[in-house]
Amino acid sequence: MSLNVDGVSRSFDGRQVLKDVSFKVAGGRLTGFVGANGAGKTTTMRIILGVLAPDSGTVTWQDAPLTRDGRQRFGYMPEERGLYPKMSVTDQVVYLGQLHGMSRPAALKRTAELLERLGLGERGGDKLEKLSLGNQQRAQVAAAMVHDPDVLVLDEPFSGLDPLAVETVLEVLRERAAAGAPVLFSSHQLDLVERLCDDLVIIADGTIRAAGDRASLRASHSLPRYRLLVGSDAGWIRDQPGVTLLELDGPEAIFELSAAADDQELLRSALARGPVHAFGPVVPSLTEIFREVIR
Amino acid sequence: MSTYAAAKLVAAREIKVKLRDKTFLFSTVFFLLFAVASTVLPALLSGGASTVAVADAATAARLSDAGLEVRAVADDAAAEKLVRDGSADAAVVAGPAVLAMEDSPDDVVRALSDSPPVRLLDPDAVDPFLAFAVPFALAFVFFFTSLLFGLSIAQSVTEEKQTRVVEILVSSVPTRALLAGKVAALTLLSFIQVGLIAIVALTGARLAGADRGLLHLLQPAIGWFLAFFVIGFIMLAAIWAGVGALAGRQEDLNGVSQPVQMAVMLPFFAVIFLGDNDAAMRVLSYIPFSAPVAMPVRLFNGDAAAWEPPLALLIMAVTALLLLVVGSRVYAGSLLRTNGKTSWAVAWRTKASI
Repeated sequence: MSLNVDGVSRSFDGRQVLKDVSFKVAGGRLTGFVGANGAGKTTTMRIILGVLAPDSGTVTWQDAPLTRDGRQRFGYMPEERGLYPKMSVTDQVVYLGQLHGMSRPAALKRTAELLERLGLGERGGDKLEKLSLGNQQRAQVAAAMVHDPDVLVLDEPFSGLDPLAVETVLEVLRERAAAGAPVLFSSHQLDLVERLCDDLVIIADGTIRAAGDRASLRASHSLPRYRLLVGSDAGWIRDQPGVTLLELDGPEAIFELSAAADDQELLRSALARGPVHAFGPVVPSLTEIFREVIR
Repeated sequence: MSTYAAAKLVAAREIKVKLRDKTFLFSTVFFLLFAVASTVLPALLSGGASTVAVADAATAARLSDAGLEVRAVADDAAAEKLVRDGSADAAVVAGPAVLAMEDSPDDVVRALSDSPPVRLLDPDAVDPFLAFAVPFALAFVFFFTSLLFGLSIAQSVTEEKQTRVVEILVSSVPTRALLAGKVAALTLLSFIQVGLIAIVALTGARLAGADRGLLHLLQPAIGWFLAFFVIGFIMLAAIWAGVGALAGRQEDLNGVSQPVQMAVMLPFFAVIFLGDNDAAMRVLSYIPFSAPVAMPVRLFNGDAAAWEPPLALLIMAVTALLLLVVGSRVYAGSLLRTNGKTSWAVAWRTKASI
C-alpha cells in the first residue's frame, strides 16, 4: 500500500518547477513534505491529485497508474482554505462526500461524526464564512476525510491552527494512517513536522534533497558534533587535540571532533578535571538538516 | 461514479444555492409583478362602461343593448341632476340630446347613431401601443433573464476557482460533469422563471378581458419565445462558464465577460430600435443572438411565415453546439490555471489535465 511519485517533471511557461521528482509515501505512516515557499510542494501535490498533468513522470498507487476511479478514493485539502463561503458546513461536506461516491445518508452520518470529532459539532448549520479561520480549516479537514479516503494528501493542514487544534487534527490524521492509508502533508513549520511525522521528504528548487524515515535521516545527517557540560568553566577544551570549538558558555561547550580524535580520551580528561554532567553527540534538529540539504 | 450522476449532484447543489439567493428571488418576484402590471393594468385603467341617466324607456333599452350602464330616472331634470352631481357620466334628454360635464361621451353618441358597417382588410394588425409594448417586454425579459442567469453561471465558476474548491471537485469528478451540471441547473431555473412570467402574462391578459384576437397573436409568439429562449440560453451558457473560469477572481469577471454581455445587450437594443424596420427585423430574426426576441416579435406582428421559426431555431441550435464546444474547451483549459486572468487563446490551447 504505497503511493509512488516517479521521475515527475513540470514546467510553467518555460520555468521548470519540478525536476525529476521521485519519492514514496508509505501506507500507515504520516509523511511530512517540507520545503521553502515556491520549492514545488503544491505543484507536486496537485500532480498527485491529477489536478495538474506532469510533463513527464508518473504517479502510481498500489503499483498501478492512477485512474479517475482510484483518485475518487483520495482525500485532498488544497492550499488555500477553499470551500464554498456561503454554504453551510454540513451541506458542503456532505456534498463533497457524495461527489466522492457516498450515498447521501452515509455522507450525512460520517459528516456529523467528523464534525463532532473536530470540535465543530455545533457549527454544522453555520455558513462557512461565519467561522473563524481555524474552524474553517477544521471544516476543510472534514471535507478531505468525509469519504474515508484510501490516500490522504493535505497542503499545509496545520498552518494557522492553535496548538489544541493541531492535536485534534493530528489525531484524526493518525487514525486514517492507522487504517493503513498513506498520509502526505506539506508544511513549512519544521518544528511541527519534526514532532508529527514518521517519514520526511525535503524538496528545494524543484528537486528532492532528502527522503526517508525521521530517525535514519537524522542519523545520516549527524555531524561529528558533541556537547559537554562540566562542573566548572569548560574553556580548557579548546586546547585538546582534534577539537574545533563552536560554542562556549561557561561550563557548557559545543564542539566538533576530528575523525582521528578519540571521544573517550576526551571524556577521561574531562573527568580528571572535575564532575561531568553531560557528554554526547548532538543530534541535528530538522531545521539544521533542512538548512544543510537545501544548500 | 458516472459523469451523469456527478452532473446531477452538481446541478442539485446549484439549484439549492440559487433558491436561497435573495437576488434570484427578488428578480423573480419583480418580473412576475411586471408581467401582471403590464397586462392587467392597461385594461383596468381604460375603465368600464359609462353610466347614463335616461328617462325615455326606448332610449334606455337601446343604450343598455350597447353595453352601457343605464340609470332610469323620472324626467330630464332628474337626469341632468345626476350628471351634475357626478352619479352619472352622461344623460340623454329629449331631442334627443346628450349631456355630459367636460368630455364628449363617445360611447353614448356611438350607441345612439347609425354607423356604416366596417370591413377590416388586415384584421391581424396590432394596436400601435401593443406593437411597441410586446416586443419591448419580450426583449426586456430575454435580456435580463439571460444576463442575470448567465452572470450567475460565471460567478459560480469564479467562486469555485477563487476558493480552490475546484481542485477538490476536479480531483473527484470529470470537468465536463461540473460544466454540464451548472449549465443544466441554470437553464432549468431560467426556463422556469421565464415560463412563469409567460403564464402569468397570458392569464393576466385573459382575466383582464383582452380580446380574442390579441390572445390569438400573443400565444404563438410567447410559445415560440420559450423555445427560442431555452436554446438561446444554452447557446451562451457554456461561454458564460468559460468566462467565469478565465476571470479567476470576482473582481476580474466584469471585464472578462464584456464580450458576452455585448452579445446579449446589442440584440436587445437592435430589436427595440429597429422594431418597425421589416428588412432589419427579418435579418435579426435569423441571427442566433437576436433571434430569441426578433422572431417571436415578427410572429406577433403576423410578419413571419410558418416555416421561418423552425429554420431560425435550427440555425440557433447549430450555433449552440459550436459555442458549447468552444465554451467547454475554454472552461477546462482555464479552470485550473491559478495565476490571475487567463486569455482566451491560452485557455483554448491548454490541454485539460484529465
